[in-house]
Amino acid sequence: MAGKSGREIIAEQPFSWKTFFFKWEWFLVLIFILINIMNANLSPYYASVSGLFTATNSFLEKAFIALPMAYILVLGDMDISVGSIACISAVSLALAYNAGIPMAACIVVCLLVGTLCGLINGLIMTKFTELAPMIVTLGTQILYRGIAEGILGDTSSGGLTAVKWFSNLYWGKIGVVPIMFIVFIICACAFGFVLHKTVFGRWLYAIGSNKTAAEYAGIEVQKIRLIVFVLTGLFSAVTGVFLAARMGSTKSDIATSYEMEAISMAVLGGFSTNGGKGNFIGVVLAIFIVGFLRYGLGLINVPAQAMLVIIGLLLIITVMAPNIKNQIQYSMKKKNK
Amino acid sequence: MNKKFDLKKLTSSREMSLVIVLIVLCVFIQLRNSTFLQFGTIEAMLKNYAVMMIMALGMMCVLLTGGIDIAIGSTLAFSGMFSALIMRDHPGVPVIGGFLISMVVGMVLGAVIGVVISKGKVPPIVATLGFMNIYRGCTYLIADSRWVAAYQVPEGFKAFAQSYYLTGGLLNNMITVIIICYVIFFIALKWTTAGRRVYAVGSNAEAAEVSGINVDSVKIGVYSLMGLLSGLGGALWVSLYASAQGDMATGLEMDVIAACVVGGVSLNGGRGTVPGVFLGGLIMAIIGKALPLIGVSQFWQSAIKGLIILFAVILNVVTQRTMDKNALKRREM
Repeated sequence: MAGKSGREIIAEQPFSWKTFFFKWEWFLVLIFILINIMNANLSPYYASVSGLFTATNSFLEKAFIALPMAYILVLGDMDISVGSIACISAVSLALAYNAGIPMAACIVVCLLVGTLCGLINGLIMTKFTELAPMIVTLGTQILYRGIAEGILGDTSSGGLTAVKWFSNLYWGKIGVVPIMFIVFIICACAFGFVLHKTVFGRWLYAIGSNKTAAEYAGIEVQKIRLIVFVLTGLFSAVTGVFLAARMGSTKSDIATSYEMEAISMAVLGGFSTNGGKGNFIGVVLAIFIVGFLRYGLGLINVPAQAMLVIIGLLLIITVMAPNIKNQIQYSMKKKNK
Repeated sequence: MNKKFDLKKLTSSREMSLVIVLIVLCVFIQLRNSTFLQFGTIEAMLKNYAVMMIMALGMMCVLLTGGIDIAIGSTLAFSGMFSALIMRDHPGVPVIGGFLISMVVGMVLGAVIGVVISKGKVPPIVATLGFMNIYRGCTYLIADSRWVAAYQVPEGFKAFAQSYYLTGGLLNNMITVIIICYVIFFIALKWTTAGRRVYAVGSNAEAAEVSGINVDSVKIGVYSLMGLLSGLGGALWVSLYASAQGDMATGLEMDVIAACVVGGVSLNGGRGTVPGVFLGGLIMAIIGKALPLIGVSQFWQSAIKGLIILFAVILNVVTQRTMDKNALKRREM
């Protein structure tokens, strides 16, 4: 095909090994391998099947928030109420259980509460599109946790360990593989498939790259945003379920700053907060990078405070590095001219 | 005719609606508890919320440029802790020295954030999210995870928050600092070139760049300013609570952002005024102070705060829409 200037236009980029290997995901794979080598050197028990699964179980419950968070970032939106949603849904699960409702129904209640919270976020945001998502979810973040606080006060609601199969959601294993790990892999595959292989996923990218253009192309932007926010609420509640299963008891201060961890994971995975960018494999890799890094640093007794510094630095440097590389390349090109 | 038009403009302005909200709040609380509108209560309230109100000014500048800074709680903790540690080890440091150390440290931390955002092209929310963790971690590390307890803070420094010498016995020092900050910012943002540049960058960064404003240096400037005010907040915090802890001011950033938003500052940049922020801060302070006075359980306070933030921002949108509609109507006529 020839363009206006008579130059050949090739719709599909020719395959080149250089661009293939200079992808962000390979960089993440490299970091991932480095961290695992480091961890294996730190503890002789680390590099075994059960050792690795112990490690994954230490952080995977948070990862359920990172999955829909990736969608939110693709849209160019933001949701900082997820930690509070996880908290209020876990609290409602415990309250329902202590009110004598059977556990299976409690989980349904928990998921419904999460979905409802997500729906409220989404409705406010789509009815008042002028509002920045950051500020709406800031309000609901305070509101949701406030409701949990108001109900529970400084007491806790627990006794969940009495139901064996419920604790097993977190602690149980099928063979050597933890149940939570299996659930996570299924969810991650589903999220990745929808984002990259379905029309819905392409819509998300379209909205994130240019909202107005997407609107004119006939995409129901607000409806899709609403769906994504509801989905985020639902999966925050899933985190709430696993958190309750892990601890057997809930309080109003659980899951604090989970939103920050989920955002870090998604951003590290290559999703820009400006929207329209990112590859789902990146998020999954980033989840394991952050998780294993924390676990490894915990193995050598690095204090939690130093860990904050390391994770913060990792986040900033990984986002800044490609930008600086581009700037250097740009200025070198200028010089050559 | 002319006068009538002005009156209409006045009543429909955002600040006026905030004043009305403020008056309604005060009257309601006063009816429930008559100890509210007394000099002592108001003074205690302003003292406790001084840090939040002062930092709201810096946050407004950051929001005006279209950025956001959620690292301010950590910046406050680090600079406050830094100056408290120095005062612990060198008790001879004068009060003003403690403040200066804290403010300079805060400004440096803020400048680092500004450089990363403007030169490294990292989105503000991501950069400050990272620095929130880094500075908080560093606060624990420099203090070795310990407190600086009340007996280690110099007497003169502790006395600052409780005495009245800045105005010669008229007003509490904390309140004097609030007033000074607001007056400076009001003048600077309204009548100086630097202030107008902040608005210009926020309204349209590209247009600002083309018209010869160095956008990067304006951004570094506002984040440094935010850091400076966080440092000031850190010193005031140590003085007020007579101790420095590693976890001080966690979550303060949300209160500060909320005060700005209630005061009508837009998160998209370019819109917001100093009087609006003052009223927003005052409303947040009154809510925080007055809920226990009218017998609301402390556990329900944050739920109510969240509701009020949502209510305020939605109200903002609705008034903006009606204002736009009215403007359109007037043009059609």
